[in-house]
Amino acid sequence: MDEHLATFLRGAYEMEQAPIISFKHVSKVYSNGTVGLKDIDFSIPKGQFLVVVGLSGSGKSTLMRTINRMHEVTEGEVYVENEAVSAYKGRSLRTLRRRIGMIFQNFNLINRSSVEKNVLSGRVSYYPTWKSVMGLFSAEDKQKVVTSLNRVNMAEKIYARADELSGGQQQRVAIARTLMQDPKIILADEPIASLDPLTTKTVMDILKRLNQEDGLTVIVNLHSVELAREYADRIVGLRAGELVYDEPISAVTEADLNKIYQAI
Amino acid sequence: MTNANLPRRSWIQRWHVKGFGWTALMVLLLIGSSKMTDVNVGMFFSNLDQFADLIVRMSNPTWDYLSVIIQPLIETIQMAILGTTIGTIFAIPFALMAAGNLVHNKFLRGFDRLVLDLVRTLPDLLLAAIFVAIFGIGSTAGVITLAIFSFGMISKLFYEVIETIDMGPLEAMESVGASKITIIWYAVLPQIMNQFVSYFLYTLEINVRASTVLGYLGAGGIGVYLQRSLNEFNYGATAVIILATIVVVLIIDGISNHLRRVLL
Repeated sequence: MDEHLATFLRGAYEMEQAPIISFKHVSKVYSNGTVGLKDIDFSIPKGQFLVVVGLSGSGKSTLMRTINRMHEVTEGEVYVENEAVSAYKGRSLRTLRRRIGMIFQNFNLINRSSVEKNVLSGRVSYYPTWKSVMGLFSAEDKQKVVTSLNRVNMAEKIYARADELSGGQQQRVAIARTLMQDPKIILADEPIASLDPLTTKTVMDILKRLNQEDGLTVIVNLHSVELAREYADRIVGLRAGELVYDEPISAVTEADLNKIYQAI
Repeated sequence: MTNANLPRRSWIQRWHVKGFGWTALMVLLLIGSSKMTDVNVGMFFSNLDQFADLIVRMSNPTWDYLSVIIQPLIETIQMAILGTTIGTIFAIPFALMAAGNLVHNKFLRGFDRLVLDLVRTLPDLLLAAIFVAIFGIGSTAGVITLAIFSFGMISKLFYEVIETIDMGPLEAMESVGASKITIIWYAVLPQIMNQFVSYFLYTLEINVRASTVLGYLGAGGIGVYLQRSLNEFNYGATAVIILATIVVVLIIDGISNHLRRVLL
């Protein structure tokens, strides 16, 4: 395809799809002088399945955490639904985070608690603190736990303790917890790095389904180039905190991706 | 030789110079200390007949005395339970504030730890003497002494436990949009509850033993009777008190050891 035409079409597509997240010249320098991110500038349209690839330490996790303000940026601004995230504080920051689900490499469930309690904990930001602490959740929300668990095929484990589950099952529970937030965006930080190939497919399929059926914007950090090509709408690559690659899946070639992983 | 590729050990390592050196230093310090403080080990052996004499006098326990000391024994246990519980309740917020992984404000944490260190430097016998002077002879002074003593000990044990927890669940709860208290309730407490209970029982054990001594200063409990019987040279009664105390302490130790095994 003519390169100019492709660029034009992509531009037109992105204009139609208002960006849900935009990075405007975002940089992050840690207090010890390490550069985490360097002038990141791109937008993510609503409903996209974006995969971020790059070596360990390339800034993938940091980039992801600037979206829900788990990490602060030192320069530039991140916009979520056209609002600058740096403006949020206290209660409003918590409602921002409520709209953004997050999934982790180590699942981060509360091991000694039941699956039900773990999933319910995804709903706490809809309640005042005292109600969360007393466990005064509404009947609808308790039903919502079952619905969420059903979506990840884990309903039969609702009363099991989280640490009795396998890694893949724990990650599915973590996704159910995220669904309790009614998020618009899902951030998944290396969600399959601790899983075997079969459970990897289950988890990635669930994320894809949430993207397609619910229209959630999904951002996944991955190490695996094959998985990135299989699931992504668009792939961006980071190297030493810099955005070095950004293509829609139709334009991605194996050679490009291998370049991202080459040593500097 | 197959180990030809190993590096040669240095002269210091081969002759264990460090081990011998430290041992010699320790022995010298012990001899020096006993010289300077005029501790005469020979005195211990030359007075063994006194010891035997006491044992003989105590060898006829007046079992009738048992009915008199049941009530103060129970009071001793009640003092220990009350003191430990009150101390623990106050220790929990201080422990949370002293934990470096929860409170990032160095000033607040430093101040909190200073208070805890100061409380811990107060010997329980000194506290008991002070509170007996303030509240008069009786178990109130004992309970307050034990509460302060437990507070200092438990808060230190607790915050060291808190600093070893897995931070993953905390990150997850933060990303969900939970408030600080909700995060502590959902992600911190379940991780530390078992160890908390275990340390509580451990402190209770110590307090049951300590409260027998506190009674000696007039702070209530069995110690009062122990002092009285010794002053009256009523060694038969002393024997009963000592035996009954041993039994009670053994029972409490047994229960708490069992509970801790079950919990951990």
